[in-house]
Amino acid sequence: MIRLGRHGVALVGVLVIVASAVLAALAPALAPADPIRNDLLSRLTPPMWMDGGSGRHPLGTDTLGRDVVSRLLYGARVSLLVGFAAVLVAGAVGVALGLVAGYYGGRLDDLLMRVGDVQLAFPVLVLAIAVLSVLGASLGNVIVVLGVTGWVTYARIARAETLSLRQRDFVEGARALGARDGAILWRHILPNVLPPITVVATFSVARTIIAEASLSFLGLGIPPPAPSWGAMLDEGRNYLTTGWWLALFPGLAILLLVLGINLVGDWLRDALDPRVERGM
Amino acid sequence: MARFLARRLIHAVFVVWGVVTVVFFILRLTGDPAAFLVDQTATREEIFHARHLLGLDRPLHAQYLDFIAAVPRGDFGLSIQQRRPALPIVLEHLWPATAELALAAIVLATVLAIPLGVVAATHRDGPLDHLSRVGSLFLQSMPSFWLGLMLILVFAVALGGLLPAFGSGSLRHLILPALTLAAAPLAQNVRLIRSGLLEVLQQDYVRTARAKGLAERGVVYRHALRNAAGPFLTVTGLSLGFMLSGTLVIETVFSWPGLGRLMVQAVPGRDFPVIQAAVVVFAVLFVAVNLIVDVVHGLVDPRARVA
Repeated sequence: MIRLGRHGVALVGVLVIVASAVLAALAPALAPADPIRNDLLSRLTPPMWMDGGSGRHPLGTDTLGRDVVSRLLYGARVSLLVGFAAVLVAGAVGVALGLVAGYYGGRLDDLLMRVGDVQLAFPVLVLAIAVLSVLGASLGNVIVVLGVTGWVTYARIARAETLSLRQRDFVEGARALGARDGAILWRHILPNVLPPITVVATFSVARTIIAEASLSFLGLGIPPPAPSWGAMLDEGRNYLTTGWWLALFPGLAILLLVLGINLVGDWLRDALDPRVERGM
Repeated sequence: MARFLARRLIHAVFVVWGVVTVVFFILRLTGDPAAFLVDQTATREEIFHARHLLGLDRPLHAQYLDFIAAVPRGDFGLSIQQRRPALPIVLEHLWPATAELALAAIVLATVLAIPLGVVAATHRDGPLDHLSRVGSLFLQSMPSFWLGLMLILVFAVALGGLLPAFGSGSLRHLILPALTLAAAPLAQNVRLIRSGLLEVLQQDYVRTARAKGLAERGVVYRHALRNAAGPFLTVTGLSLGFMLSGTLVIETVFSWPGLGRLMVQAVPGRDFPVIQAAVVVFAVLFVAVNLIVDVVHGLVDPRARVA
């Protein structure tokens, strides 16, 4: 096994993320075919290196004759968009609530933390499915549901950090100089809360991408025919004997992207959060 | 201990009340729950009739109080697809199918994790440790349902039906879904046991145990492992939440006749009473297991009672 330093491993992760983003952005230019156009005459074409494969469809076609590479490229857009947007929503809501709860304490703090306990009692997919079955499946709804259900972890971390920071000298000093609460939270406390939040958020992006794939796999994420990696796996699972590539490649795409994000997360944790022991 | 118990119990009841409240409001997110509680082919008059019958034309707070009163009686209404009470349907799918699968996965994730974690810790930074680190990273980075599909591809398709791809009823049917469900928690447990052990192995009492001539195996399994168990226990309780989420997709992949698949299949049929009952049962299970874990942790380690 090649030994890369810790920075080297993280660099591989960054490269994977950047490459995915570039491929997703350039999907219209790179895709060999229209990702949602059916071509029933060439359905279930195997990858190009197999018997019966063709250079026109490097990774083959699905049961409706749609090009797998093109669908993977466009699918990356969905995964990245949902992953980052939902975490942004969750992080913004969670940090704001956590700062306020930690800074002011009292009843509000109690209330928020109890609501958080209730939120955590729902397994993520269970709650997401219940809500999506009422609201209907769409890209926007998936982002909102995964975003809103994810706030608790951020709120807890932001609250804990704020509790320990609000008595510190530099905060007391700012207060003595007449700084208002809003300014103290924004300028003095938030910057110190962000490092651990960034670490958690990175791992959350990875988990959210898997959650979106799961929802789409169950038919509750991005509605067809839009290409999403989870939905592609759902379509492929009934053709394991005749079209194994349909179940293999979208999963590899998810694995690669999530792995890249997790590698960056590990590195950030070591770099930004010294309290977490390096042993992990 | 009694005060600790009482406090945990009150907290659990509060959380369950919160869960039921959230479930009540989910159905009202679009403003018209009646549309979800009648057949999709219902006429306008039938919807109005159902609205009256279900009390949905009454004020919101009255409906809420009705709901809160009905849930402890196990009354979630009639399943739209099966035309019988929703809760018994949910419980039939929870026990035995989902319970069997989840227990098998928890046992696998724990039993396999102990030797693997010990090997990783005792061979720190060696090839075995690296292998376990890379393996954990991969297992935690893949969607569980994809792992399931790949296992089917290998064991049921490529190896000519060595193991059945779907269905239930025998131990052979249980192997693939249980392995799939266990994979991610197993990966996490191995790393946890490793880091827990590494910390404990530096303690004085471990040095003492070694100094009095105990075999290394005895030191690790008798003295160190026991003290590394606390965090492991807590995380196992929490990872049940991930596992319950996992049953939704994994039962669907393997056509396992459990609660997760029931809930997923209730969505296209808009069988809301079943969905509501399933959500509450999932959440109550999660709360109950974590309550038990907390109490066990409190019994084993008095320091845990303070928090």
